[in-house]
Amino acid sequence: MVKPTAATTKDDAQALFKSLRSAYSATPTNLKIIDLYVAFAVFTAVIQVGYLAIVGSFPFNSFLSGVLSCVGTAVLAVCLRIQVNKENKEFKDLPPERAFADFVLCNLVLHLIMTSLPAGWPR
Amino acid sequence: MAVPVDTVTKQPQPPPPSPSSLRFAFGNVLAFFILLLIGVLAFSIRLFSVIKYESVIHEFDPYFNYRVTQFLTKNGIYDFWNWFDDRTWYPLGRVIGGTVYPGLTLTAGTIWKVLQSLNIPLSVETVCVFTAPVFSAFAAWATYLLTKEVKGTGAGLTAAVLLAMVPSYISRSVAGSYDNEAVAIFALIFTFYLYIKTLNTGSLFYATLNSLSYFYMVCSWGGYTFIINLIPMHVLLCIVTGRYSSRLYIAYAPLVVLGTLLAALVPVVGFNAVMTSEHFASFLVFIVIHVVALAYYIKGILSPKMFKVAATLVVSVGLVVCLAVVGVLVAVVASSPTKGWSGRSLSLLDPTYASKYIPIIASVSEHQPPTWPSYFMDLNVLAFLVPAGIIACFSPLSDASSFVILYLVMSVYFSGVMVRLMLVLAPAACIMSGIALSEAFEVFTRSIKFYISSLSEFLETDAGDVMPGSNGSPQFDVLKTEKKEDSLKERPSRKNKKKEKDVVVVKEKSSVKSKTEKRPLVLPAEVSFFALFLTVLLGAFYVVHSVWAAAEAYSAPSIVLTSHSHDGLHVFDDFREAYAWLSHNTEVDDKVASWWDYGYQTTAMANRTVIVDNNTWNNTHIATVGTAMSSPEKAGWEIFNSLDVKYVLVVFGGLVGYPSDDINKFLWMVRIGGGVFPHIKEPDYLRDGQYRIDSQATPTMLNSLMYKLSYFRYGVYTT
Repeated sequence: MVKPTAATTKDDAQALFKSLRSAYSATPTNLKIIDLYVAFAVFTAVIQVGYLAIVGSFPFNSFLSGVLSCVGTAVLAVCLRIQVNKENKEFKDLPPERAFADFVLCNLVLHLIMTSLPAGWPR
Repeated sequence: MAVPVDTVTKQPQPPPPSPSSLRFAFGNVLAFFILLLIGVLAFSIRLFSVIKYESVIHEFDPYFNYRVTQFLTKNGIYDFWNWFDDRTWYPLGRVIGGTVYPGLTLTAGTIWKVLQSLNIPLSVETVCVFTAPVFSAFAAWATYLLTKEVKGTGAGLTAAVLLAMVPSYISRSVAGSYDNEAVAIFALIFTFYLYIKTLNTGSLFYATLNSLSYFYMVCSWGGYTFIINLIPMHVLLCIVTGRYSSRLYIAYAPLVVLGTLLAALVPVVGFNAVMTSEHFASFLVFIVIHVVALAYYIKGILSPKMFKVAATLVVSVGLVVCLAVVGVLVAVVASSPTKGWSGRSLSLLDPTYASKYIPIIASVSEHQPPTWPSYFMDLNVLAFLVPAGIIACFSPLSDASSFVILYLVMSVYFSGVMVRLMLVLAPAACIMSGIALSEAFEVFTRSIKFYISSLSEFLETDAGDVMPGSNGSPQFDVLKTEKKEDSLKERPSRKNKKKEKDVVVVKEKSSVKSKTEKRPLVLPAEVSFFALFLTVLLGAFYVVHSVWAAAEAYSAPSIVLTSHSHDGLHVFDDFREAYAWLSHNTEVDDKVASWWDYGYQTTAMANRTVIVDNNTWNNTHIATVGTAMSSPEKAGWEIFNSLDVKYVLVVFGGLVGYPSDDINKFLWMVRIGGGVFPHIKEPDYLRDGQYRIDSQATPTMLNSLMYKLSYFRYGVYTT
């Protein structure tokens, strides 16, 4: 009773991964580049959390600004991907240049904030 | 020959503009002038106290803000951030840079600086006094923008004019009430407007502006936690009711990240932005929205069968992981005694919390629950227009209108907990009432127009005129545009909606009237005339009440008291005379002890060091002063001597009948003192459970320092 369902689950999982991979490879290259950027940003954030777990949280300002800037730029890149994706009917008359300009502006603001946080404020 | 897609901005030929675009342009100009007048109205209705008394700062907290602004304008911003104030909370001092919400002082300081650079020599006090009316004009304009996003220009204008006059907001923003709420309410409404705008357009630019506006709100008021909890609640509501869209993601996710970073930048919030429970809701919903976005994405790229497989797999695995994470989180949160919430937030969530555990919060009169009449006093007509607005928001229900409904419900709950939070309810009530009134007006005027046009059609003998009075073809197209507005599947962005609407209008060549018709609901002419008259009368009642409230109820500066008696008007300027006496007749370094109410005024006007002030950050210090006031004279003298006090300030109103003096507040001193020093027991001061101050008072009461100071040589003045 258990074995057949386990086998079918494993088959299902494999079929699932295969279909996911085939569907994902059909996405256009510019979106894949954005996805890569998002993955890189999240990976950097994970490394920083790992560092926190190992070494401790002393300059908490720096940790906060580092992690939040990684997460922030990942979120903004996802927003860019949403707006640039041609399959998204809501944004079909938004020129991709405008989307990219918004992305750059947002990142500028994010990094401006992020660079002033580690220096902190005179306590 | 291309059909002009947008008749109102792009004309393919330069000939005479079509009547609809002329009307549109005229409407825009009219709206602009109405907004200008609304701004002037909002400013002028708050000037009663300046006219009746003088241009002076009111109450207690504004004096502290005024002192901080003076310091800022004199010493510059770096000294302001680093300021350690040694003239209050002697001998502890107070780190001003790290414990004040800087938004208000920075705003007023900037305005002063700009005016100085333009060679307009307004004093700092004038700028401080008039900051609140100016920002209430801005708040009215922000309400117009917000309601326009929800329902349209007509509703926007109505909501703006209602907010300009709502008594609840007037009470905290008269000229002279230089307090945080003066700019915070503007920041609140503007942040909500930018959030709704981002939700409607899906533009990352507005999301950035939204985060910056949220930053201004965090700088200005502790009530910013309302925003950072309401918006996640709304996002959750949208997800749960199936209204998730990528615009929701763009509206919410950047706000959380940028907003948290910006909130951590403000010294008074600092790391609380990531460590206190007030912000956890936003992080939780951040995770939820990412999960939902991922789910929708996978659903989009997989076939339905595969998606079902994926769903079962994720649910079985993910559930285990989720439970583990939730378990850890609960353990961490439960280990702190207050579950991570601050005292103020806890007293909002559990209304009885403050009276049981934190008597200082319970003793402030603004923190008491409001009475029913105060709703009518502060909101007047809006109190019963709000339910009509809620119903109008449901037809049709959009993301924006669901947000306004949620905002209203939450603010009604919180206003029921604390009377000072009626201020947060006021904009929501104005928006709802504006929507309701605008819808009502639309129905009435449409009926009247229909009646007039059917009259003229009756008088016209030419049957070839295309009369919009007939319910035939325009109604058909109205339903088509209605379907486009209502479709939940396609939900186009705002720009698309307008273009399609205009396309339909141009194609039909019908007049503008059919564009505004949502349903063919038309009332009989007499009913609509009478109803229109009654609605205008309702508005008149509201205006009369608002002006009366502004002039009589909320314009008292409370630093100057007046009374009318048979020999004319008496003006009691006793507070300022007392502070001036202190300022002239004592040494600069002398310490003055008083109850915490008067701390800010003493440091600002008398310029002397005080022991405790309105910031109430150190309960034990306040309890020390309270104990000293409640003890017998020698014990009180010893306590004050240990604090290097040279003068004790006591407010006594028995001679003129001033009701809120220190004898009236004495029981709170006893309670707060007794909370820390157990030898002070409240029943010792009550005779048979009653608070008496005549000869029947208890000996403990008669021997207390407060009683002796208040009634010292009382007989000399009355006999």
